[in-house]
Amino acid sequence: MANVASTTASAGSELTARALREAVFSGLITLGLFVLFVGLKSDQNIRNELILTQRWGLLAIFVIVAMVGRFLMVAYAQPWLAQRKAAKAAAPEVAKEETFFSRNFSKIAILALVLYPPVIVALVGVQGSLKWVDNFGVQILIYVMLAWGLNIVVGLAGLLDLGYVAFYAVGAYSYALLSSYFGLSFWVLLPVAGILAACWGVVLGFPVLRLRGDYLAIVTLAFGEIIRLVLINWTEVTKGTFGVSGIAKATLFGIKFDASKDGFAALMGLPISSAYYKIFLFYLILGLALLTAFVTIRLRRMPVGRAWEALREDEIACRSLGINTTTTKLTAFATGAMFGGFAGSFFAVRQGFVSPESFVFLESAVILAIVVLGGMGSLTGIFVAAVVMIGGTEILRELTFLKMIFGPNFTPELYRMLIFGLAMVVVMVWKPRGFVGSREPTAFLRERKAVSGSFTKEGHG
Amino acid sequence: MEYFIQQLVNGLTLGSIYGMIAIGYTMVYGIIGMINFAHGDIFMLGGFAALIVFLLLTTFMAGVPVVLALLLMMIVGMLTAALWNWTIERVAYRPLRGSFRLAPLITAIGMSIVLSNFIQVTQGPRNKPIPPLVSSVYELFGITVSLKQIVIVVITAVLLSVFWYIVNRTPLGRAQRATEQDSKMAALLGVDVDRTISVTFIMGAALAAVAGTMYLMYYGVVVFTDGFAPGVKAFTAAVLGGIGSLPGAVLGGLLIGLIESLWSAYFTIDYKDVATFSILAIVLIFKPSGILGRPEVEKV
Repeated sequence: MANVASTTASAGSELTARALREAVFSGLITLGLFVLFVGLKSDQNIRNELILTQRWGLLAIFVIVAMVGRFLMVAYAQPWLAQRKAAKAAAPEVAKEETFFSRNFSKIAILALVLYPPVIVALVGVQGSLKWVDNFGVQILIYVMLAWGLNIVVGLAGLLDLGYVAFYAVGAYSYALLSSYFGLSFWVLLPVAGILAACWGVVLGFPVLRLRGDYLAIVTLAFGEIIRLVLINWTEVTKGTFGVSGIAKATLFGIKFDASKDGFAALMGLPISSAYYKIFLFYLILGLALLTAFVTIRLRRMPVGRAWEALREDEIACRSLGINTTTTKLTAFATGAMFGGFAGSFFAVRQGFVSPESFVFLESAVILAIVVLGGMGSLTGIFVAAVVMIGGTEILRELTFLKMIFGPNFTPELYRMLIFGLAMVVVMVWKPRGFVGSREPTAFLRERKAVSGSFTKEGHG
Repeated sequence: MEYFIQQLVNGLTLGSIYGMIAIGYTMVYGIIGMINFAHGDIFMLGGFAALIVFLLLTTFMAGVPVVLALLLMMIVGMLTAALWNWTIERVAYRPLRGSFRLAPLITAIGMSIVLSNFIQVTQGPRNKPIPPLVSSVYELFGITVSLKQIVIVVITAVLLSVFWYIVNRTPLGRAQRATEQDSKMAALLGVDVDRTISVTFIMGAALAAVAGTMYLMYYGVVVFTDGFAPGVKAFTAAVLGGIGSLPGAVLGGLLIGLIESLWSAYFTIDYKDVATFSILAIVLIFKPSGILGRPEVEKV
């Protein structure tokens, strides 16, 4: 008995020694990583020359945090996790009962979204709702729609597209330019924008038909950059980096959302507020996003959707079964691009201003990240990922209490993209299969079984 | 004619920088089959490390000879960038090895966002101009060649020879090539695959940092967004030359540099990137695996 106790004690001291060693090691690495960038800062002085500011205190904090963190992780967190894993493996597998909530998640989510604006208005009043409906509701739903659109290309057809934002740009500029040059209304131009974007999808699709994997990725990226550069440089039409401003607003069956006497507020006998337009936009983008989801769900049951998924799983098998891969790829690009175009024209009508700056590669990366983090092909997962990633970074704008901790010069917005990037890495490492890693097959024998994500391969391009 | 040769010289200089970055992309792609999207930002990070070393030298050791200063900038930049790339590989890519293919791509994009924003937060968002380090200019048969262009081309040539030697003539290079061909088999034959991959990341980062130092010296300015455009162009170069092929990366880099400077000289500078990307698309249509790439053979 005493023997056992002494071995565990020595194991414990060994663990502490190892933790200490690793802590010192990670402290050294942290020092190496940050000594130049955190310890020193290049600043401009009054004569516009670069000088160095020293911040050794901040560097010390970084190193200490890394050392303590590593020590705690090795000495306490890792043994605890290993123990829990062992306990989990020893316990018999319990069949998970599907709860009412998880079975009807999509219905509950849609209902919650429909009720969201009235609830917000009831809680914080018409003016107060502006921020919540616009920054959170509309902003998140745009990304949900874009991610659902890209999901057709990446998640269903397995074609890696790094230039999706190009179609978003095509849609936005279609609406912005056609409405300001020809005075056409939003409802006429919405389908036009979708069709134009789909045409561009086919234009992009043709040259890349023979390409696979990463070659496809770089050409789509190049395509996205080409569209953006043309928008910047074709100043006669697009006004270059200044962008197109004063874009007409959308109307609801001819009713305008302005302060005029036949405007929406006057007709309904409500006080004049810009919040009604935002709420209208919220329902508009909700409708568009649900249309995307509906079309995706229906297409997956049709021959073309099945062909997409077959293409994703194995292109050679697909071809040997007589599926025309050319048309399959082109329809995937065109359909995905069309929804990008819809979202783009919505973006233009919401902002009232478009400029090439809104369509940088980062946007494509963010949309792709949402698709992959959501679990590729799972609409629910993508929705959750969009809410977490976009909503999470929007919330950072609201964290004014951090100013009290870090001083009045602290601006949380500055850290928004830094945290976004870190979140991308952390979520991916923690859940490599995305939030919803399993998928429901549309074709099945007798009984529908969810396929675990680890059995499917995707993204082979 | 002189104008043309002048543009060739300019293009060659630019192409050397792209080529050095492209090697990092192509090696990492060759060995683990992933696009290391953060590599462009490693290049930018190397440039910033060089900048800070330069400021340290001018602040505390005024009067250091330029050669020594450049050497120090390069070495510290290489060490810092290598340490960053090694850490990134350990933290963000290694846990996802063997996972499905898009997962490391997403973490790489995430890391790219992290790196550029990290520099923005710690070093500020403004341009960082430095006084010219090397300013001599030579006239040869009516062509102006600046000393910094010569330095860039010479350093590139020297480093590439060293690099070529390492990959083709040393046990380390053999391990790398073995891992590239078949990592499982290499592991069975006693190659430490994890270590080889780490070393690949370190080597790629060191070259990128040299490119960053050269970029800082050539343009005299660096800013936190500088990782993106050269990074994408270097990646384009790697793909153009045939991703996975080392001579291809250098060739692609030189081609991209030449296309850019010739297009700017004879057509409009506004559309130079459009020209680069269009040529990439056209080449890939006719040669889907790049100029020197091996066609992918798929066994069923």
